[in-house]
Amino acid sequence: MTVIIAFLTVLGAVAVWWLSRQRLAAKPWLEASPAGSFPDREAVAWPAAKLGLCMFLAVAGSLFAVLISAYSLRMRAADWSSLPGTGLLWINTWLLVLSSLALQWAVVAVQRRDTTRAAAGLGVGGVSALLFLGGQLLVWRQLNAGGFYAESHPASAFFYLITAIHGLHLAGGMLALGRVGARVSMADGDAENVRLSVELCALYWHFLLVVWLLVCGILVLGPWAEWLYAICFGT
Amino acid sequence: MSQDRRWLLGGLAVVFGFVGLFLASRAGHGIFYWIGLIVFLAAVGTIFGFVRAAFDEAEGKAQTPQHLVPLTMLAVAVGSVVFHFLSPWWWSPIASNWGYIDQTIIITFWITGVAFTAIVVFLAYCLYRFGHQAGRRAAYEPESRRLEFWLTMGTAAGVVAMLAPGLIVWSQFVTVPEEAAEIEIVGQQWQWSFRYPGEDGRLGRSDTRLVSNDNPLGLDPNDPNGADDVVVQNVDLRLPVDRPLKVLLRSLDVLHDFYVPEFRAKMDMIPGTVTYFWVEPTRTGTFDILCAELCGVGHAYMRGRVEVMEESQYQAWLQQQPTFAALANGYARVTSRSPDGGEASARSSVR
Amino acid sequence: MVDVTREFQDIERAEPEDVELYHPHSWITKYVFSQDAKVIAIQYSVTAMAIGMVALVLSWLMRLQLGFPGYFTFIDPATYYQFITMHGMIMVIYLLTALFLGGFGNYLIPLMLGARDMVFPYLNMLSYWIYLLAVLVLVASFFTPGGPTGAGWTLYPPQVILSGTPGQESGVFLMLVSLVLFIVGFTMGGLNYVVTVLQARTRGMTLMRMPLTIWGIFTATVLALLAFPALFVACIMLLLDRALGTSFFMPTLVEMGQTLSYGGGSPILFQHLFWFFGHPEVYIVALPAFGIVSDLISTHARKNIFGYRMMVWAIVAIGGLSFIVWAHHMYVSGMHPMFGFFFATTTLIIAVPTAIKVYNWVLTLWRGDIHLTVPMLFAIGFIITFLNGGLTGLFLGNVVVDVPLSDTMFVVAHFHMVMGVAPILAIFGAIYHWYPKITGRMLDEAMGQIHFWVTFLGAYAIFFPMHYLGLMGVPRRYHELGEMAFVPPSAEELNAFITVVALIVGFAQLVFLFNLVWSLFRGREAGGNPWRATTLEWQTPTTPPPHGNWGKELPVVYRWAYDYSVPGAAEDFVPQNQPAPAGAAE
Repeated sequence: MTVIIAFLTVLGAVAVWWLSRQRLAAKPWLEASPAGSFPDREAVAWPAAKLGLCMFLAVAGSLFAVLISAYSLRMRAADWSSLPGTGLLWINTWLLVLSSLALQWAVVAVQRRDTTRAAAGLGVGGVSALLFLGGQLLVWRQLNAGGFYAESHPASAFFYLITAIHGLHLAGGMLALGRVGARVSMADGDAENVRLSVELCALYWHFLLVVWLLVCGILVLGPWAEWLYAICFGT
Repeated sequence: MSQDRRWLLGGLAVVFGFVGLFLASRAGHGIFYWIGLIVFLAAVGTIFGFVRAAFDEAEGKAQTPQHLVPLTMLAVAVGSVVFHFLSPWWWSPIASNWGYIDQTIIITFWITGVAFTAIVVFLAYCLYRFGHQAGRRAAYEPESRRLEFWLTMGTAAGVVAMLAPGLIVWSQFVTVPEEAAEIEIVGQQWQWSFRYPGEDGRLGRSDTRLVSNDNPLGLDPNDPNGADDVVVQNVDLRLPVDRPLKVLLRSLDVLHDFYVPEFRAKMDMIPGTVTYFWVEPTRTGTFDILCAELCGVGHAYMRGRVEVMEESQYQAWLQQQPTFAALANGYARVTSRSPDGGEASARSSVR
Repeated sequence: MVDVTREFQDIERAEPEDVELYHPHSWITKYVFSQDAKVIAIQYSVTAMAIGMVALVLSWLMRLQLGFPGYFTFIDPATYYQFITMHGMIMVIYLLTALFLGGFGNYLIPLMLGARDMVFPYLNMLSYWIYLLAVLVLVASFFTPGGPTGAGWTLYPPQVILSGTPGQESGVFLMLVSLVLFIVGFTMGGLNYVVTVLQARTRGMTLMRMPLTIWGIFTATVLALLAFPALFVACIMLLLDRALGTSFFMPTLVEMGQTLSYGGGSPILFQHLFWFFGHPEVYIVALPAFGIVSDLISTHARKNIFGYRMMVWAIVAIGGLSFIVWAHHMYVSGMHPMFGFFFATTTLIIAVPTAIKVYNWVLTLWRGDIHLTVPMLFAIGFIITFLNGGLTGLFLGNVVVDVPLSDTMFVVAHFHMVMGVAPILAIFGAIYHWYPKITGRMLDEAMGQIHFWVTFLGAYAIFFPMHYLGLMGVPRRYHELGEMAFVPPSAEELNAFITVVALIVGFAQLVFLFNLVWSLFRGREAGGNPWRATTLEWQTPTTPPPHGNWGKELPVVYRWAYDYSVPGAAEDFVPQNQPAPAGAAE
């Protein structure tokens, strides 16, 4: 459970940092303010949608952290054997990187009020994400053909489970991306309206990329990850 | 208090009075009797209070502040303490070396009991003393750092006083003595099986995959350590008195928990792993074995018995048991034949 | 006041120009598929109480079996286990969590913070309907072949999916699917609550001016958002083990003489995941209750809450610590014994901030002007039962003391006292307190008194003696004691006594339900602020507040939430939206 605890510690540190700037040591009963003068309500300056997405990423992050925790807890059992890597996973990883880069490109474009390029970026990002999902299905088929069924060993079961949950998150993101893409292509140069949506899509995509890199590293490079784990936590 | 409300509460008190009478009459025994009587007396007292208040009101006397609530809260605190000391329900006499655990519980009872009584009595006093009166205004007191500091320190001291002995005893609990003899207990839905190490004092390897009709606990036939192991099923567990034992726990199917209330110690059995605890029985006698981890519909029927006996008696019994190797070599399965005859088989599990 | 209107023009979050735009037009969008947090709150609460009644009836049935074993032939071991499982799961998740966060969270967060609504109303509506779906799926398991699962609310594998456990045919599927739905629905709602607290507070509402109710609900929501993923993962993995034959939690095992095809899984892993959610869950239920009780006591004792800052810090500290104590539910699970030292220490440390909260509630009463209204009585009942349950928690948290007591009736008594009775009393107090705001009418006082006394004294009489059954060694989850040499016959009498009291307490809840309905039509008119309280929800222009809550102008906050009996003030309370006299200290 070290991974999830570490993840929550990071979140906790962010929370403490934020709270420490909220004057929690103030004595509120001494601070009644006269009419027309009041302290700022100290709201987070971000738009609600962005804050909401970040909160969701924290939740999704803890979901993946729990999955990885479960995996590493299981991995330390005596009868463990990791899955073989497959070249296809590398291709998929590059596809997802490409997808993320394309969305970042769209963000830059929309910040420059260039909706045409932004739409193109979103298109490239969407297509490469679709290819990634297709590639993941191919990986599944390869593993299945190689005799690694979900029920044959925990390692393969974990692989199917974690990639499936990651894929579902990406597929959910595709729905949002589709809507944003439609709005951008119809925005007709009016970039301000769609800017936030594009940024949020890109943020979500980067998050899923980071998750994928971690997950892929741990799933495929299992022994290596275990070694790293031993160095970090001394078990 | 309005007339309506008084009628309602009075009616309620009458109902409670009858419930109290019913309880007192039902068993006429021990705690039932007392609880019923207390409820009844409380109800009578309440009704009396209402009647008196009604007379006072009719005579035009000033209404006294309501004392019913603080008194009831006080009664809760006092009643809990009285119950604690008078209750006939207390732990069974200990039969193992874990008297320290009982002492830790007693320490905890004292500390928590004092805290509970003090806080509830203080609460009741506040309710009594600071009940609403026309024209009174509450004090204005946002905080008192000093008071909060000392309360925190006091609490921390109480926590340490409970935690420190607890951790010391826990370190004893998890440190198995070198000389402890091993014994294995295996749970399955819904019965107990036992394995003794035999002459060499060592248990052989086992694996759930080897379980079969002839090898009910899945012993490894290739492990020489296991050849002289003694496997018994459907009889009481026998243990020697005054000898530390490392109890190894294994399960073939679901979670179980080997629980002998008189031993105080218990531990779950996890399929796929071997768990353990250690215990030293300190008096002879026969005790119940219960399963303390929900294991399916037969959970409550998963019973057994442990018989703690003198060392010589124990050795004599153990000598008579056939070893695993002997059984594997085709001897008839005689595991249920024990020195004291068929008594044991009657108490076998529901399966 | 002129200044105030001028200030309004600088508010960063632009008000929509026409507030009327918000208003739903048809009956369906107003009362059924409503996006108004208050309507959603009522929907949540009614659903939760309805399913809670089911769980209450289940508890009667199992008490009947325990009190009078053998008399009720329709209750066999299998049905008994189904009853306890459904009772536990419904009460913890579908009643307490849903009611505190979905019910009170939705109603109180926007009103207490001076917002018009939650920030994502559509998501909020979706959250309720998914919750309802989860409840329906759960209820459906009563009507499937084999009935609901009987694995205990902890759903421990391997037994949960093996044939020795009732409901393994389909009940366990429905249970897991229902939990997954609940978590999805809750996450939608939870994101709303958190973002609303962070962003939609009105002008002047700094964090340290928030009522403790909001602090409690806010922290609990954060805990829930981060803890539920662990349960989500555990449910999905268990579902796969059952449906596809994977072996996440399933080791090699021999069931009824048959070696199953599972192998290599770890049952302990499930326990870690479950309790990683399960322990924060205790505080998800407790923290809102802490907050609500703080506000009730302060309001009805006409005194500011003692040590407000300490209360806030304690809530945050408890929230943080609750993530590193989970394995104290697993002391006898066979995990590595060294963990015992760590988790016993963290568990007992968490007692310190909790104790501080109890002291501060009692110290708030000291030199107060205590109105023994029904909400106040419930708050006092909460303090006593929570104190009792919290102190017995020190037994179970102290690892070596837990060894003899775990899995006995002591545990049952402990957690019912601390997270059954106590939070429910807080909920009742809250309902008596806020009902006038929700409906515009007061709940009947006399019925409330009866309800309180029977519930409080009865529940105490049920669970206090139960500890001693556990101390004696009576295991939990036994549908009958049977023959146990160490149990005297008087224990059966105690069981019968507990059952009788449980039935009485159960029926007292009918008085409450009747009161809820009766007062809706016949209750005394409440007015806008019947308790003379300071917080914003009592300062709405109309009662009950309409969609949008505040009419044309959002309220502005000038002071903290506890200005009761301020020296020199005309009244014994000063509402949060009343400015200090000009020239006062800024």
